[in-house]
Amino acid sequence: MLDVGRHPNIELLAYSEVENVEGEAGDFKVTVRRKTRYVEEDKCTGCGACAEKCPTVVPDAFNEGLGDRRAIYSYFAQGIPSTHTIDPDHCRQLNGKKCGICAKTCQAEAINFDKEDRIVELNVGAIIVAAGYDVFDPGRIPEYRYNEIPNVVTAIEFERLLSASGPTGGHMDRPSDRAVVAEIEALEKKVRKSQKALDKLEEKFNEPSAAFYKKFQAGQYQDDEDRQKWADKYAAHLAVIEPLEELKKKAAGFTVAKRLAFIQCVGSRDFRFYPFCSGYCCMHSIKEAMIAHEHEPETTSSIFGMDIRAVGKGFEEYKIRGGNNSNITYVRGRVAEITEGPNNNPIVTYEDTRERKVKSQEFDMVVLATACAPIKGIAALAKTVGVELDKYNFIKTSSLSPVDTTTPGIFVCGCAESPMDVPESVAQASSAAERAAEIAFQPELEKEKAVA
Amino acid sequence: MPDKKEDIRIGVFLCHCGSNIAGYLNMEELEEFSKKLPHVTFVQRNLYSCSEGGINEIKKGIKEQNLNRVVVASCTPRTHEPLFRSSCGEAGLNPYLFEMVNIRDQCSWVHMQEKEDGTTKAKDLIRMGVAKAALLEPQEPIMSEVQIRALVIGGGIAGMTATLAFANRGYEVVLVEKEEALGGMLNHLSKLGPTMTDASALAEEKVRAVTGHSKITVFTKAKVTLVQGFIGKYKVDIETESGNKNIDIGVIVVATGGRAFVPEGLYGYDGKRVITQLELEVLLKNGLASAIKNVVMIQCVGSRNEERPYCSRICCQTAVKNAMLIREQNPDAKVSILYRDMQMYGVENEEMFRDSKVKRVRYINYDPANPPEVEPDNVRVYHALLGRDMDLAADLVVLSTPIVAQDDANVVSQLLRVPIDENGFFMEGHVKLKPLDFATSGIFLCGSARFPANIREAVAQGLGAASRASIPLAKGSVVVEPIISVLANEDACRGCGLCVALCPYGALEIQNTEKGRKVHVIDVACKGCGVCAATCYQHALSINSFTDKQIEAQVEAFLN
Repeated sequence: MLDVGRHPNIELLAYSEVENVEGEAGDFKVTVRRKTRYVEEDKCTGCGACAEKCPTVVPDAFNEGLGDRRAIYSYFAQGIPSTHTIDPDHCRQLNGKKCGICAKTCQAEAINFDKEDRIVELNVGAIIVAAGYDVFDPGRIPEYRYNEIPNVVTAIEFERLLSASGPTGGHMDRPSDRAVVAEIEALEKKVRKSQKALDKLEEKFNEPSAAFYKKFQAGQYQDDEDRQKWADKYAAHLAVIEPLEELKKKAAGFTVAKRLAFIQCVGSRDFRFYPFCSGYCCMHSIKEAMIAHEHEPETTSSIFGMDIRAVGKGFEEYKIRGGNNSNITYVRGRVAEITEGPNNNPIVTYEDTRERKVKSQEFDMVVLATACAPIKGIAALAKTVGVELDKYNFIKTSSLSPVDTTTPGIFVCGCAESPMDVPESVAQASSAAERAAEIAFQPELEKEKAVA
Repeated sequence: MPDKKEDIRIGVFLCHCGSNIAGYLNMEELEEFSKKLPHVTFVQRNLYSCSEGGINEIKKGIKEQNLNRVVVASCTPRTHEPLFRSSCGEAGLNPYLFEMVNIRDQCSWVHMQEKEDGTTKAKDLIRMGVAKAALLEPQEPIMSEVQIRALVIGGGIAGMTATLAFANRGYEVVLVEKEEALGGMLNHLSKLGPTMTDASALAEEKVRAVTGHSKITVFTKAKVTLVQGFIGKYKVDIETESGNKNIDIGVIVVATGGRAFVPEGLYGYDGKRVITQLELEVLLKNGLASAIKNVVMIQCVGSRNEERPYCSRICCQTAVKNAMLIREQNPDAKVSILYRDMQMYGVENEEMFRDSKVKRVRYINYDPANPPEVEPDNVRVYHALLGRDMDLAADLVVLSTPIVAQDDANVVSQLLRVPIDENGFFMEGHVKLKPLDFATSGIFLCGSARFPANIREAVAQGLGAASRASIPLAKGSVVVEPIISVLANEDACRGCGLCVALCPYGALEIQNTEKGRKVHVIDVACKGCGVCAATCYQHALSINSFTDKQIEAQVEAFLN
């Protein structure tokens, strides 16, 4: 990213969308909408002071909604460009409320609430589509109960939980436990607030609330309106304290997730959704299981799959190393169902095809290896750019011209073409650059054209 | 060493980074501290040293305060060193008289709760930076011209694709193939999955394009015998039928492919009834005998075992494709594939896999602990789902063997001074981020020389390697940062060659000089990693801007 951001030959138009493409190979006219960030990009230094002060809290899309961010934000800490952006859906100022705290905070004077979208026209010789992919929504698979069981997460969510800069600082805290901790925090806040009010009343009447309340319940002060309120407040306070203590007791027993299940082919190799193999998921499950084991050496993982496809360079060796050193068991079988057992523990039911038995096993957390789905909006983009899609909505190519789309001068690489892992994406990006360069930088071709 | 008479005037710029640094460290204290350091004549605090205003302050300081060394204490050199360096350059100061001190990523951010201790650490860091800055010497970027000509070693599909890509960009290419004809593995195959393209027709088409291109020189029955030089300036000796050639080359692509493992002694391999997939390709090409009615294929023969732990990636798809071709040629033939995991990754492969099931190719999973047995008329395999052994009639048994490295891969490796991995495949610069580059600048790789690749992958990698290699060709020169190794003390060098053996970039060589054997640094190839200087027990080698003196000064400043 840094290299892209810094390269003198690269003009980076982030937070922008292609609206129209005209022309032909060697001479395309591209219309790009540069969406406004409400922040002057050349002034913003990316210091983040604005985000610290912004009062509006929004679920953080980068952390898969597992953490939160503010209405002014940078997508993630190392993002390029580091320019901050105001989220127009949530910003108070942009929604007619009084705020503007970010503008007051910003010492670089970069905030500009009046900044509008800009339309940019580009003239280019070749186009490369590298629009990526989406994570399949496992909520569509009823038997895995992704939406019902909190400790069933997707691989990308698990990735954020594993990340030292993620919402749990890299601890395998279970979503159900995190929810309890969040509830405790909310209740504690409530308690602090009511304690403050009670403190004032105790001072006023020079008596501890508990002692007063005993008397009140015994029938004293029934005509005193102020004391009546005090009693109500104290009762409400107690009503919070009790469940809080309960929750705290529960939370005291929480540990990080140590028994992990990874379920392969969630949405892939599945006729109901995507019949293709997503290619990279076997490896990311192994990797996540290995990292979880590094974080917590007691971690054991079971990876459930039909075939474990460790086909890249060094992958099979990596898979074996995971089994030998990281407590990973590879189970050959497709998981039929996930249910919820005691302590919010997911229970995985599957057929062990080697032993010909249906088995159930309890885990602390289940990680779903979700399919590589064609990116939302790919149909519209393909139409705008003018390329054909295959039957799954990936951009169509052929095996002998792996980065050529159906339109000359327009190329594709990465998961917009089909599911692939990092090395393959990187290699394919170079291939697409080569094909594009053959068209865009051809002094001789241009000469020929001029002659013709 | 700087001229002793030179008056060292160091300017220290302390960046607040908004509140990222100033929020956690005591900046006033750092300012006062910095003023008292040796040679420091100017200290300034900036809200953002990297903003336009901050940069102008640095330039102003250089001009008005006659600064001849600049220290910026701020975020991290990873993102900002190039900016500050070039800003010094714009103000007329040699960019290498700049030193950066990391007081954000490695100080304020990690000591957010410890203002006092964090400030003390920042003082240490600044003191060390200033001590080093006083000893900095000006450097000039190193530039070297590039011979606009590529060499591709290997004329299979990957090599031919790379060759054509270079030629289509207008660059001259020399293609060297050791066999009599171009085409590589394609020449031995029948049809290519999943599109069932005729392999020979594809080979012919590519060969015609390659041999007919005016920018391409092809040498068949030829081999590279000597490679001297470095990126942009290679001198390559090629042994050809018409004598030896010596050609100047700018960049090199390794596309030497792989070969199919021959399973001598495994599963009764005899090349007749028990054959390899590659041998089956020939049968399919010539038309399968109609007498063949029962075919059993066994996957992972000679791979995913202790001797060869890797999965050869493409054998499953080859088996599925060939199973379908058998069913096409002999529609009543029964084909079973005995497998461990069907590696039909991706969209096309999985689709072909599904198709083959519709076309009634049978799949039986086997456990490597209990492998199939080839018997005179049948193959016996334990069927896990049925829980018993099964006998499959077999008048042809096809073993899916892995692609293994070429026998002469180590020769090429030594010629080019590029590494091979434990399986004998060439080792890329970075498994994820540089799959088609070698660590050594100027040499690239693609196809099955790197790791088994199918046709789509070999083509993509051929294009990709040409793309990577075209960068120096397009620029016409290579410019490298002068922070590289230098033979600082020639007399001390004994020419032992330890550094040469350890250099990961092939940037060192031993030369015979008047003073005897001495190491020579190929400056454009050096990446300044410092391995050689750290290894040299004679302290003959040194890294610019990281000299022993400079580092000693830093350590002393820290211990002070």
